[in-house]
Amino acid sequence: MSSVAFALITILTLAAALAAATLQNLMHATLSFAVTLVGVAALFFLLGAEFVGLVLVFVYVGAVAVLIVFTILLTRRDLGKDRGANFWGAVLAVGLFGGLTWAILKTPSVAIVAPHIRALTVKRIGEALMTGYVWPLQCVGLLLTAALIGALVLVMEEKR
Amino acid sequence: MSKSIDQIFVDAKHWLLSWLTAAPGWVVQIASSLISIFALLAVFLTLFALMSVLERKILGRMQNRYGPNRVGPFGLLQPVADGIKMLIKEDIVPARADKMVHFLAPIVIAAAAILALGIIPYGRNMTPFTIDGGILFFFAVGSTTELAVFMAGWGSNNKFSMLGAMRAIAQMISYELPLIITVLPVVMVVGSLTPDRIVAAQAGYTLGIVPRWFVFTPWGATAFLLFFVSGLVESNRTPFDVPEGESEIVAGHMTEYSGFKYATFFMAEYIGMFAITGLAATLFLGGWHSPVHALEFIPSYIWFFAKLSVLLFVYIWLRGTLPRTRVDQIMNFAWKFILPMSFTCVIAAAVWHYAGRGLRGWLWSLFVIIFVYAALSILLDTRRKFAPRVYRFAE
Repeated sequence: MSSVAFALITILTLAAALAAATLQNLMHATLSFAVTLVGVAALFFLLGAEFVGLVLVFVYVGAVAVLIVFTILLTRRDLGKDRGANFWGAVLAVGLFGGLTWAILKTPSVAIVAPHIRALTVKRIGEALMTGYVWPLQCVGLLLTAALIGALVLVMEEKR
Repeated sequence: MSKSIDQIFVDAKHWLLSWLTAAPGWVVQIASSLISIFALLAVFLTLFALMSVLERKILGRMQNRYGPNRVGPFGLLQPVADGIKMLIKEDIVPARADKMVHFLAPIVIAAAAILALGIIPYGRNMTPFTIDGGILFFFAVGSTTELAVFMAGWGSNNKFSMLGAMRAIAQMISYELPLIITVLPVVMVVGSLTPDRIVAAQAGYTLGIVPRWFVFTPWGATAFLLFFVSGLVESNRTPFDVPEGESEIVAGHMTEYSGFKYATFFMAEYIGMFAITGLAATLFLGGWHSPVHALEFIPSYIWFFAKLSVLLFVYIWLRGTLPRTRVDQIMNFAWKFILPMSFTCVIAAAVWHYAGRGLRGWLWSLFVIIFVYAALSILLDTRRKFAPRVYRFAE
């Protein structure tokens, strides 16, 4: 059952990722990217990490994809006229893929036989965030607040 | 006796599944999901049909006219006629539209709306899909609506559609924040994101009379009001229907849709409304619990749908009463008033918890809320006198 689901989700995710990388129309590529993210979230669900999957949909599909879409809308005038391969982009992509593969193969816990992991409940994540990782959490919060205030300042300048 | 009526739908599902005892586990799992999905769709599509005619009748009553009264007794068969009309209408796609995106937008929007229904407990043991982070699931699914609205606006290749989509996304993103933050106090107090646990935490009665619903605490009442207003904005209902304001931008992101696609948008809007009112009832109004101990013999799902109907009636009532707000008014209201008040609810809930959850906590949290409310009303007072309007952006 779960291996069939895994195969279906993986095919969908890979197809969407391929579409996101190859489609000529930039807007279509962005929408396929959103589908890819939903697929990845579904994989997390399959692994029992519901919280991570939900946050992925929440943040990336709900906010980041909308942000990308607006960026394209506000900056590009000639949608769909983007042609020709990007050499450095390909190099970067292959490099990133290689690096990630190396990191995954080096990690001992993700061996072929999955180790027994305790179910990742929201409660455990919350406890970890509020005890062991409280400083990183606060730093991220500070950074985001600074970004928010920065955006506000930019808008205020324009108004005058 | 009352027990068996209360569990009649659960027993029916078990009975249906008992035919499959010989089948492998995954067949049973899929069949169980399919039964839940089918029941959900049947109930809520019927409710959608009913709601569409009742809304028009009630609005008619409020505006001193009859409303639909030609088809069937009291015009109750109007949705059937509407459905047939919508189905046989010509499906027009603009020549310059992005065909694929234009086609997919109503599907995505309807799917997101229907998915959100899955986590709400409709009665005792009647949650279609129990997941650990149910509340989070609701909002994660709801947040994909924004992308779907954008797809509709952009795919239509029409300036009114695009403007409508921009407005819709702006107000949905602004109000998603208070919507989620007003849920936080409930989650904090219960200590769980599972809707079933939240409903279970509201069981019982204080002094045997007042039910232990969160709406009867100061922070709960405030959070409920804020949640209700934010939900109104999220479902683009009338005082906040700027994205599809007929007098300004035709029909917003739905301008270029006709026939069944338009009906799908319409359905998604109503289903979204049911979902958000259902969540409001679950979080603050005790879910399927009965308000009086003596009336507990009435089945739990009847109580849930009674609460849902009351909230939906308020939606219609507001639509019949209030004029449309301006875009800047909506935004100012969100960021300057609703957001600080929702943070106050979180603090007030913490105060309530640490002051012992009794009368003392009740009074202290009331104090916190009144204090912040008074401070906000002093701070936000523009001291503007009513004078002839100056339009700064239309010069």
